[in-house]
Parts: sequence; C-alpha cells; structure tokens
Amino acid sequence: MQKIAYYPGCTMKTTAKNFEDSAIAVFKKLGIELVEIPRWNCCGTVYSLTSDDLMHHLAPIRNLIRVKEMGCDKVVTFCSMCYNTLKQSNLRFQQNEEERQKINDFMYREELNYEGDVEIVQALEFLRDSVGFKKIAEKVKNPLNGLKVAPYYGCLLLRPKEASIDNPEDPSIVEDLIKSLGAEPVDFPYKNECCMSYLTVNHKDIVAERTFNIIKSAGKFGADMILTSCPLCEYNLDARQREALEKFPDHLSMPVLYFTQLMAMALGLDDKDIRFDLNYIKPDDKLIKSNI
Amino acid sequence: MKIKIPLEKKTKFREKIEELSGENLFACYQCGRCSGGCPGASQMDMLPNQVMRYIYLGAEEEVLNSKTIWVCASCYMCTQRCPKGVNLTKVMEAARQMYLRKNQDYFSPDNIPQKDREELPTIAMVSCLRKMSS
Ligand code: SF4
Ligand code: SF4
Repeated sequence: MQKIAYYPGCTMKTTAKNFEDSAIAVFKKLGIELVEIPRWNCCGTVYSLTSDDLMHHLAPIRNLIRVKEMGCDKVVTFCSMCYNTLKQSNLRFQQNEEERQKINDFMYREELNYEGDVEIVQALEFLRDSVGFKKIAEKVKNPLNGLKVAPYYGCLLLRPKEASIDNPEDPSIVEDLIKSLGAEPVDFPYKNECCMSYLTVNHKDIVAERTFNIIKSAGKFGADMILTSCPLCEYNLDARQREALEKFPDHLSMPVLYFTQLMAMALGLDDKDIRFDLNYIKPDDKLIKSNI
Repeated sequence: MKIKIPLEKKTKFREKIEELSGENLFACYQCGRCSGGCPGASQMDMLPNQVMRYIYLGAEEEVLNSKTIWVCASCYMCTQRCPKGVNLTKVMEAARQMYLRKNQDYFSPDNIPQKDREELPTIAMVSCLRKMSS
C-alpha cells in the first residue's frame, strides 16, 4: 500500500470527524494509507496577511518540519482552510530569504532547519494527479447514476490564485470527480463564492441569509445535494439551514456532503465510513437507497 | 458626508496601511470591480472600493469604525478580480490590525455563548478570534 504524510488539522478530529473517517476509508480503498504527522499542531486556520507579522507563520511551518522529520517531502491535507494556510505560509517562506532565516531562528529548538522544500497537496489534487479520476471510476461499485451534485468550491481552494488547486474562475476538478463516480455535476453561480466563513460565530444572520441564497440557487439548477471540501463551508451550508429556515420560511433544505462521503457511497463502503450521523441535514433515504 | 482631514494625518494613515498591507493605494482607479464581486457588500456600510478611497484620503476614523472591515471574510474575491492587481484583502486586514493593535478587541471569546462553543467547528472560532481580537 502506498503511504503519504497526512495533516488532519483540528476540525477533522472534532466536528468534521465524518470528513476524516470517510477520507481514511476512501483512501484505503484506493490503496493509499494516510499516515498522520506526529505531534502536529493547529495551523492557525487563517493565513496572516500583514507584512510585519511573522509570528503566525510559525505554526504552519512547524508542521512542515514534522513532515521532514518523517522523511517525507509531500503532505496531503483535506480541509480547505488548513490547505490554504499551509500553502500560503510555505510560499511566503520560499520567497523571502530574510524571513526564512528569522522564522528558523524563532524555532531554534527544532532539530531541523526548514528549507521550504515540502509540497502541500490538497486531497482533490492528489486524487486528480496521483491517483487519476479514471482509476477512481474503475473502482466504483455503486455508480451514482442520476444523482445531481453541485460542487461548492468556496474561496480557499481557489484563491488567491497562487494557492489555487485549479483555474480560479472556472474550475472543473470537483466536477470531474463527480463524473467519475457516475453522478452528474450541476453548475451554479455561487460555486466559487464565499459562505461568509467565520462570521458564523458573531453574525449568524448574515451567514443564514447567505446559506439560503446559495442553496436556493443550487436547487434552482436542479441539484440534489451540495459537495464541499471545507468543514466551515459544510457547517455554514448545513447546520445554518436551521437559522435560514427561521428567517426564510420558504427555505427548502438540501443535504451537504464532504466529497469523501460521496466517494465512500460510490465505492460501496459501510455506513460507519460514510458517517451521515454527523451531517445536520440527513440525506434523504430514497436518494441514498436508490444509489447504494 | 463632509470630512476635513489635515494633510499630515492624511498621509500618515495611508502610509501605515501601505506598510502593513504592502500594497500601493495609488494603483486603485476606482473601477468598483472589487465591490461588484464582494459577497459581503450588501451588509457593508462602506463598499470595498470606498474603503480604498477613504484610506487614500486619510479618513482613519471612518475606516476603522466602519462595519465593513469586520464584515469582510477574507475571501480574496476582490483581489482575484482587481484589474490593477491590488490585494484589497490585505488592505482590509491592515485596517483591522490598526484597530486591534490599539489593544482592543472587536469581538472577544467571552462573547461566544456556551451553547455555540459546543457546536461551532474549531476552525470557525479560531479564525474569528484571529481576525477580530487582539
Ligand atoms: S477593483 Fe481594484 S482598481 Fe478597481 S476599485 Fe477595487 S481596488 Fe480599485
Ligand atoms: S476579501 Fe473581503 S472585501 Fe474582498 S471580496 Fe472578500 S469579503 Fe469582500
């Protein structure tokens, strides 16, 4: 079995455990073992944008030191926020020699001087480039024929462009994955727009309205469900439907899944690997049974 | 709105934002594409392109007390769309930092009710506090 270093991040271990469990099971089915980085720490969740703030790059870079300590030079991560933070910090580190020196000096207790030579790979990229959608299609046991799935990229898989996993204005990577599983991708105008992210903490109302509009649009284009790679998008689009319904009584609920859950369905994995128990809106029984 | 700003103050605020963001405020030609693509625009009291203009004019109080800089979710859409290559996401962050570095929180952990703490994803709380508390 092929092995690859894996950075989980905090949320995959807590509210997005369904993301992690389905990810590990799906990768195993594809013959890949995700090896968790020892002693990883939170990446900080957001890339620090000010020119003088180096302190907040220590957390992401420290994780890359752990990757090197494993003897690896490539790490896979699933969460869009972790991916974006690790990727952007690494790029900044690579591009600025003086900062590189300072960051390493801060971490003088580490046994290794980091040189910027770890590649950060988002799981979707890994599936496209290292596994191939053709191979995934061959492994499908239950083709999801007739299922209409709207890919929701959100912000951080695509922006800023130097950290994008695909064309930032016209991506197709999730569509290609959906097709390889036998389902039909649904294009809709909100697919690369923001769900308003962490405003879910202090402005539930703004996020609820956003969720209402995103789901309404996906519904209008015929989607049965929305697919995401970000535990924060998932929470906002899924659990915030509760507030959306309070605010907009005509809201029609729609399930929101991690791409690994949809893959697990198609690859014929067990309920315990798919883990709909942690999704707020449960996918309709009929929808699931007709496909499994 | 009529605002009067002494020249010295005007330059200082803009320069500070330029230093923190690393962006050139003079590059902006007020086309408004940033505001056109901004997912938070309908909730803002000052549109993203107006933020650029106000900073240019040195209107420190107006910008730092606006709702806009806290509605911005750092989604990078403005940055992606700007024809002049301005990274407005960084400019917004610089404005938030100028507020927070006066040792004040816009939103503090104490404001999150216990019930929400149990339910919210970790990344939501960490990112919110990273952006809104000092
Ligand atoms: S898109 Fe760029 S040039 Fe146009 S108004 Fe916004 S910041 Fe200025
Ligand atoms: S980064 Fe902020 S200002 Fe720019 S489009 Fe996104 S929410 Fe609007």
